This record gives sequence, structure tokens and C-alpha cells, in this order.
Amino acid sequence: MSVLRDTGRGYLLSAPALALFLGLLVLPLLLTLVLSFNVFDYEVGVKGGEWTLAQYLNLVTDSYFYEIFLRTFWISALVTLLCVVIGVPEAYILSRMGTPWRSIFLILILTPLLISVVVRAFGWSLLLGADGLINQAIQALGGRPIKMLYTPFAVILALVHVMLPFMIIPVWTSLQKLDASAEQAALSLGATQAKVMRMVVLPQVMPGVLSGTLIVFGLSASSFAIPGLLGGRRLKMVATVVYDQYLSELNWPMGAAIAVALLLVNLLVMLSWNRLVEGRYKKSLGE
Amino acid sequence: MSKNGPLALSFHALVVVFMLAPLVVVCLVAFTPENTLSLPWHGFSLRWFRAVFERADFIQSFYNSLILAVVAATLATLIAVPAALAITRYRFPGRDFLNGLFLSPIIIPHLVLGVAMLRLFALMGVNGSFVWLMFAHVVVITPYVLRLVIAASIGMDRSAEQAAESLGASRFTLFRLITLPMILPGVAGGWLLAFINSFDEVTLSIFVTSPSTQTLPVRMYVYATESIDPMMAAVSALVIALTAATMIILDRVYGLDRVLVGRH
Repeated sequence: MSVLRDTGRGYLLSAPALALFLGLLVLPLLLTLVLSFNVFDYEVGVKGGEWTLAQYLNLVTDSYFYEIFLRTFWISALVTLLCVVIGVPEAYILSRMGTPWRSIFLILILTPLLISVVVRAFGWSLLLGADGLINQAIQALGGRPIKMLYTPFAVILALVHVMLPFMIIPVWTSLQKLDASAEQAALSLGATQAKVMRMVVLPQVMPGVLSGTLIVFGLSASSFAIPGLLGGRRLKMVATVVYDQYLSELNWPMGAAIAVALLLVNLLVMLSWNRLVEGRYKKSLGE
Repeated sequence: MSKNGPLALSFHALVVVFMLAPLVVVCLVAFTPENTLSLPWHGFSLRWFRAVFERADFIQSFYNSLILAVVAATLATLIAVPAALAITRYRFPGRDFLNGLFLSPIIIPHLVLGVAMLRLFALMGVNGSFVWLMFAHVVVITPYVLRLVIAASIGMDRSAEQAAESLGASRFTLFRLITLPMILPGVAGGWLLAFINSFDEVTLSIFVTSPSTQTLPVRMYVYATESIDPMMAAVSALVIALTAATMIILDRVYGLDRVLVGRH
């Protein structure tokens, strides 16, 4: 009786959210999947009842598209790697700070997360532009200006800036669970600092690092404003190409196919990464 | 009691400079008296802030964003609170699926959501309408409220609820007088986080706004792709100031560290 009542109440309370998510999340995603198989003609637009795989064939045969996918992939992978290399030590350093510095710096480093990504991209274009502040400084010191804006360097640098908090947060969370006495025990038994890091600290923060890796890779691969503002017209990434297809080429089925491919590749990378990691963990736990 | 060596501290200093540099630079350049993007070496000026307030399109976009964020965050809270209570209080088939569905907009790229909603709105003939833009935002920001309310609801002591129930309080009285006050920090924190995320959203909005419903981040994005002048720095500085103010309130009502690193 009470189970039945609970079931009813559970559905009743989630009904408004469920209605909204079915109508504005599930339905539009399905419509986009359908759209990506529709025939497109530059004269008449989308042909409702006709189906084709042309868009998906384009993705794998047209070098313009697959090069953009490859570029997006290596940029995201590099950004992820840099976030691990910078974020993990930084989270560890933060966790070893005393109060009040720890919370002050934690907030200073993480709050850029809440500031509009357009503002942050604009900040980087001020620093990296042809007559930006870094080039002004180089010239004042007698050097020659370097082209940084509209290069992969600018996109990668700004993406690391945007993504770093997403790496620091999960690593920080797993560091909070770290038992300080394990470290002290290892040290008192004569382990070197490096060995403590490798044998005690790193294994315990690995879950945090791995979930951070997933978030950073997924967000980088689909990032729009950073490549849009710092990559310029020629350095396209997947998101900026989808934007072009929808709003300047007006080839919606092509744009839809790229978006679907992005979503699938993202999910695939996440799932396989998850499996790989879980496999590792089961092994290391001796199961 | 810092145990970090000099090497670690210099690394830390570099990271802090890296994280803050673009924001500090934007705020400084906003005060330049010159026509070009330069640091205000020769005195501060408010001319570019005045320039912002003379741009009717930017003012309109600011109000669009503000109203959008307030209404969307409120609607998201109104649907996320019951959903969070359903997920934490009741066992029913499909509960985990609903939880996953409601949190999924965090994982699905906003770009994909943007083109998907563009397709739906175009078929319905409502693309560019403010009301549907608002519903789109509600979907994207609901997960933030949901997560904080779920955390608050799991953490609360339920004996007061049971006592009230045994004394014959109605379900609504119970919610209004006992449950809501106890989860209020989570609800308020979730609302503010949703507000910030809606106010900053650009990738989805750029697909489903029309010139008259353009939000501030979309307006800024379009402006920055066409021209770059110190007015953009002044707008950015204002956005940073507004976000900072919201964050201070968020810190007071819920604790910024709890929102950011999820210590509940």
C-alpha cells in the first residue's frame, strides 16, 4: 500500500520536470537525429520525406570535415593533458595550504568558472592580440611581435584557462578523502617524498583525475566561444563548423549530422574511457 | 602551517596569475582614456562605461539576460525542488533514469542542445521567441538546482518531519513549515547558481535568439567577432562586477566552496 503511494507521489512530484525534459530535450534531440538523414538541396532546402546518408558520408570522405574532427580531437586531448599536468599538482599544493589561504586561493582559482566565457575569451584576445599587451611588452623589451591570436596556441591556452577548474575540482574532492596519516606513516618508514607521491597520493587521487579528464575532454571537444573568438575564420573546430552550417550555409542536415557525430564521439570516448578505468581499478584492487 | 616548498609556491603563484590575468586585464583596459585597447597608463577614464550606457542594443540585451535569468532560474527551482524530493524520498521504478535524465544537460554539449532546440522551435514556428528561449534555459540550468537540493535533502534530519506528520500536519504544511526551511540553503544556492549559468549562457542561446531577444553574452560574442574596442572591455568589466556580486551573495547563503567543490 505505502509502496504504491510512494510510487505515485514520486511520479507526481517529478512530472513537471519530466514533461519539460521530454518536450525540450528528448524530442528535439530525436528531431535532430531525423534531420541529419534528410535530403538537402541548396535550391529548396530540407526535403522532408526523402532520406540519405550523404551527410554522414561527407563527414568521413570530405577532408574539410574530417580534418576539423581530427583537429578538435588533438586540441581537446592536448588541453586535457595540460589540465592534468597543471591541475593535479595545483590541487595538491592547495590541499597542503593552511587556513585561511587554502579557501582564499581555492575560490580565486575556481571562480573564473562562473564568469562568462565570452568575457574570458575577450580577456585572452586583449593579451594575445597583434598589438596586445604581451606583444607590447615584447616590443618594449626590444623584441619582435609574435602572432599568437588566431593560432592553435591561443585556442589551447584559453581552453586550458576555462577547463582548469573542472580538473582541480574533482582532484581536490578526492584529496579531501586522503588520509594524511597514510602519508606520514610512509614518510616515517623512510619513503622519499617522491615515493610517497607515487605510491600513496597518486593512486588515491586517480578517480578524481579520471573524472576531471572526462569532463575537460568533453567540454573542450564541444567548445564554441573560445575557438569562435580566438581561432578566427580559418582555425575551425567542430562547434564553429556546426554554427557555420546552420547559420551561414543554411545546410541544417549537414550541421545536424556533425552535431550528432560530436555527441556520439563524445559519449563513445567517455564510455570507453570509463570501461578502461574501471578495468584498471578492478585489477589494482585484486578483483 | 604551509608545508609547500618554494618550488611548489612559485608554481602556485604562476597558476594564480594565469587564472586571473585575463580578468584583471579586462578590468584595467575598461578604464582606459584612449581609443585603443591599452592599459590606462596615463590616468583613468570612465568614457567607455558611458559609451556602454549610450548603446541601446546593449542595454536591451542586458535587460533580456537579467529577466531571462531571473525567470528561468525561478522556473527551474520550481520544477527541481519537487523532482529532488521525489528522487531522494521515494523509491519508484525509473527513479535512477529520471535522475540521469534531469542531470543529462550537464553532459550533453550546449551546442547540440542549441541546434536541437533550433530545429524544434523552427518546426513550431516560435524560433526567436523570448518565452521559448526561457524554457530552453530552464532545461539547461535545472541540473544545477537539482544537484544542490538533492544534497540538502539527503543531508537533513528527518525526525522533525516525522514528528510533525505524527501530530497530524498536512503534507503542504509539512513542506512549508519543516522541509522547505531545512533545505532552503540548497534551494537558494541552486537558484543563484542557475541564475549565473543562465546569465552567462552563450552557446545554446546563439542558435535560438533573434535580434530583439538577443542576450548580453550573445550580443557580446557577435560584437567581438566583428570589432574590438575598449567598450567591449567596459561591458566585460560590468559583467565581471555583476557576477562577483552574485558570487558574494551565493557565498553568504550557501557557501561558495560548497557550490564549487561540492562539500556538503
